[in-house]
Parts: sequence; C-alpha cells; structure tokens
Amino acid sequence: MANNSAELEVEIVAADHFVWSGQATMVKARTSDGEIGILPGHTPVLAVLAAGELAIQPVSGDRITVNVDGGFFSVDSNRVVIVADNATVGDEATATR
Amino acid sequence: MGAQIRVYRQKIASTSSLRKIFKAMELIAASRIGKARSRVAASMPYANAITRAVSAVASQSEIDHPLTTEPEQIRRAAVLVLTSDRGLAGSYSASVLKQAQSLTELLHGEGKEVRHYLVGRKAQAYFDFRNIQYQQVWTGGTDSPEFSTAREIGEELLSDFNTPFEDGGVDEIHIVYTRFKSMVVQEPAVIRLLPLEVVEEEATAETDLLPLYEYEPEPEQVLNALLPRYIESRIFAALLQAAASELAARQRAMKSASDNATDLIEKYTRLRNNARQAEITQELTEIVGGADALAAS
Repeated sequence: MANNSAELEVEIVAADHFVWSGQATMVKARTSDGEIGILPGHTPVLAVLAAGELAIQPVSGDRITVNVDGGFFSVDSNRVVIVADNATVGDEATATR
Repeated sequence: MGAQIRVYRQKIASTSSLRKIFKAMELIAASRIGKARSRVAASMPYANAITRAVSAVASQSEIDHPLTTEPEQIRRAAVLVLTSDRGLAGSYSASVLKQAQSLTELLHGEGKEVRHYLVGRKAQAYFDFRNIQYQQVWTGGTDSPEFSTAREIGEELLSDFNTPFEDGGVDEIHIVYTRFKSMVVQEPAVIRLLPLEVVEEEATAETDLLPLYEYEPEPEQVLNALLPRYIESRIFAALLQAAASELAARQRAMKSASDNATDLIEKYTRLRNNARQAEITQELTEIVGGADALAAS
C-alpha cells in the first residue's frame, strides 16, 4: 500500500473550516492510548484523537503545533488526514505555508 | 371623477413602497448568499474526510456496530425536515414540505412508523396547522446555521437511533433538505443518514481503493467516536446547503416580486393618466356646453 516516497501529505480539517495542508516528514499525534508517531510508509491507521497537541514536521520550515480537542485521523498511502472538532494552529505565522 | 385618480395614486404609492421592501430583501439575500456558499465550500473537506473514513469502515463488515450493520427489520423511521424560519422565499419551504410528505407516505406504505423532527418555523407552522405530531423542533438561524445546532440535532437523533424500538427508538434516519446545485437550481432532496447506504463505486486508480485500516485503540471505540461526527457533519452539510438554497430562493422570489411591482406601477400610472385626461376632457366639455347654453339663451 505504501509507496516509498519520503514525504507525508498532511491535511488538517476542522468542522467548519480548513486548517492546514502541506508536505511533512513526520506527524506526532496523541491518541487515547498514548502518542503515535507517523513517518512515511506507515500502515493505514484510523485512530481517535485525544485532546491535546499535534506536532507536524514540515519538509521545510519549523515544526508546527496544532491544538485539537478531539477528533480522529486516518493514515493511508502516506496521506494523513486529521479531522478535528476544533483545531487551532499554535503558530499562526506558519499557517500559511 | 377625482375619486378614481385618488385611488390610482394610492395604489401607486403602496406598490412603490412594497417594491422598496422587495428590493431591500433581494439585496440582503444577495449579499448573504456569497457567505453561505463559501461556508458550504469550507465544510466540504471535513465532510469528505469523514465520509471517506466511514465508507472504509462500513466496507469492513466483520465488526459488529450499528454503523456497519443493517437492522433486520425497520419499523420506525425518523425524518428530519429542513425548512426556513421566514417566508418570502418563493416555494422554498413548500417544496421541501411536499417532499417530506411524499417520503412520509412512502415510508407508511412500507409499513413503517414515521417520526418527524423539524428545523425552521415554517415546518413547525405547517405541522401545527395540520395537527401532525412531531418529536422536536429547532428554530432560529436557518439562514446562517451554527455547528452547535447540528451537534444538538445529531445528539438527539443518535440517542433515538441507539434506543431500541420497544423503548421508542428509531431504526432509520432520513433528512429532507434542499440541495444547492447552482444559483438558479435548488432542488429538494432526501438522504438516508443511517443505516449507511453502501455506495458501490468503481475504483479508478490505486489510490481510490479504500485501505484496510488498523484501528487505534480498538475498532469499537473508533467507530463510537466516528458515528456521531459522521452524523453531525452530514446534518451540518445539509443545514448549510439548505441555508444557501433559502437565500437563493429568497433572492429569486424577491427579484420577481419587485419586477412585478414595477409592472404594476407602470400599469397604474397609465390608468391614472387616462383618468386625469378623461377628467380634463369632461371639464372642457362642460365649460363649452355651459357657454353654448348661455349664448343660446
């Protein structure tokens, strides 16, 4: 399923608006069981997000943190879709890639 | 004679003040519709992401969950009807209610009980007037719906869906709303929210295939988290589409109302001029007639 390109395609959406999308090398999220780190080539996962902070390491630029209060995320073929009830990008300056 | 002119004058004055109202309402609807449409567009990524996840889950039917299994027997259906709070939107609410009515008849024909959930004062008025029972009604803000309203409706519907039939629960949930196709075309539509309708689609590319997910923490918990969000997002999407449709319908209705008012004003102006001319002619005839009578005597 996973092709071996070394980038993740990340998309974060909230209930009523689009939050962020871009290429990343790593995504770290908090599930109800604990933290999960996603690198390119990860197996498909559908997981419940716990309230807290997400960290995304974009291909270029600084690490982005996003505050979410619940939701879920899916990973398949290097595509990470984070669906949050509410999401705010920690550093607004990096929100526009 | 002067009475007739006065009547026309009054009609012209009242029609022009009506036209001002129509014009204002048209402009208000026109200015809001852009925002309503962009909200529809903004909600799309979320709805798409959820729908994709839900379809992936639904295709893996080995997990026993209300989301993935169809009840053997459907005895009671919930119908959520989305109308507007205010009128002056042409046939907008009427066509939704008509659609709801025919859906109700169809469900009755299948031997199902129907329970209505209403959104908008127009639906409430319609049901109250006909003495039709409804479960619950939400009013206010149909032209700019909030996500919290969708959540409230979703919670209510889901709790009824999770209640067994014997305790007054429902086995099926339908939404009747107006789909916004374009500025000129909005049509009433029915979607079945639950149980999920499995859409058979041909996968065109490798990436279109739904992945076999691993679940974190457990499938059960993931599905439990997914189900309410799916319902809320579908309801919210329907609310937003309905709001955009309402505004478009209102704009169109007000446009034709003000056009009609313009036509009427023109017509009455002609009639008034006619009456005035007739009066002048009559006065002249009377003067001439009087003068002739005096000269003859």
